[in-house]
Amino acid sequence: MKEPKQLSVSAIQEGTVIDHIPARNLFKVIQILGLDHIDNQITFGTNLESKRLGRKAIIKIAGVFFEDQDINRIALVAPDAKLNIIKDYEVAEKSVVEVPNEITGIAKCVNPKCITNFERVTTRFKVVSKKPVSLKCNYCEKITDAEHLSII
Amino acid sequence: MKKRSLVSIDDLTTDEIIMLLDRAVEFEKEPIQNLLEGKVVSTLFFEPSTRTRLSFESAISRLGGKIIGFTDAASSSVSKGESLNDTIRTVSNYCDLIVMRHPIEGSARYASEVASVPVINAGDGANQHPTQTMLDLYSIRKTQGKLDNLNIFLVGDLKYGRTVHSLLLAMSRWNATFNFIAPEELKMPEEYKLFLRNQGLKYYEHTDFTDIVSEADIIYMTRVQKERFSDPMEYEKVKNVYVLRNSMLKKTKPSMRILHPLPRVNEIHTDVDPNPKAYYFEQALNGVYTRQAILTFLLGIK
Repeated sequence: MKEPKQLSVSAIQEGTVIDHIPARNLFKVIQILGLDHIDNQITFGTNLESKRLGRKAIIKIAGVFFEDQDINRIALVAPDAKLNIIKDYEVAEKSVVEVPNEITGIAKCVNPKCITNFERVTTRFKVVSKKPVSLKCNYCEKITDAEHLSII
Repeated sequence: MKKRSLVSIDDLTTDEIIMLLDRAVEFEKEPIQNLLEGKVVSTLFFEPSTRTRLSFESAISRLGGKIIGFTDAASSSVSKGESLNDTIRTVSNYCDLIVMRHPIEGSARYASEVASVPVINAGDGANQHPTQTMLDLYSIRKTQGKLDNLNIFLVGDLKYGRTVHSLLLAMSRWNATFNFIAPEELKMPEEYKLFLRNQGLKYYEHTDFTDIVSEADIIYMTRVQKERFSDPMEYEKVKNVYVLRNSMLKKTKPSMRILHPLPRVNEIHTDVDPNPKAYYFEQALNGVYTRQAILTFLLGIK
């Protein structure tokens, strides 16, 4: 019997592990954090089994530590994400993401008559409820709720 | 001075609203004042709204200001495909203040962000029309002598009616009680009722005029438009329910006044017009004074 070939994903020495990302939103997280434009070593796995999420994804980024305000940008697509900050191969710190009070970009306004859906305007929302998430558009003042939320 | 625009009635504090109403009283006493001499105001109407535009232009003219602008998008560079951003940035160079009417919601907030001069929102789609709200507040205070503890009846299209939503939010600052009279299909949206409950304010819902109209301090009428109904039969059933007739006003308070943002079609019968309780035409005149107050305030004059 042949041994299955395995690609070993080594633990990172320094960096960040983002766990508990809903599998379907992995690429949105990558896009929001701009991971598709950096030169650091990144490994990700998706459609991994998770009791809580059904299928989850995980991202390991070597040599990158996020500021809270940056990492919180993924809260809309990965509200249950957990962060492990790795230093010298050990988990030095754990944290969770938190929905910020204001969201710039990322989300699309649900109102088809809103200026942000007509012209190149960066969307901006005030978060009126965090769980479930509900956003009030800075421009047309209409509410976009979790059910109608779509990511740009 | 920091540039200040008026996009939504919520941009103003309660003190500022009162200050502007007081200032409008002064303009009512003395409407011709040369306060805008040497100033140029742009009136950019991306959709026609003759009433609002003339009211603004009258206010500007009586203050000695000059007006540039266009009356519909077809006669502007928009028809060549220019973006709102570009139009506003360009026009900012030519004037001291921009008055803008635009069919797209949120366009006014966006314009206020890209303009280098103050912007007054003269209506952005179904969203906001704060100068209408200011003239409504002025009319209410003038006819009732106060804004506090009034019983306001809102009648007609309460679902899509931008003016009634803004008026509701504004009057909630003065402990108003609300009565909503609307057909099932055009009821006041839940978000506004939730807002009132959170503020601890009372409201009552009805589907037709009843004897309770005797409690009204203000009856605010709006147009029930046929195109708002998904079922034309529904419209036919209700279209005459929301028509105010003179005979219905017998039991109302002597101080009660009827307001309407105009244009009226048939929702107020013309037999109401001679009744001293009919206030909708004077209401329109008050728009000139409140707009004079807002223009001078945003330009930092006086």
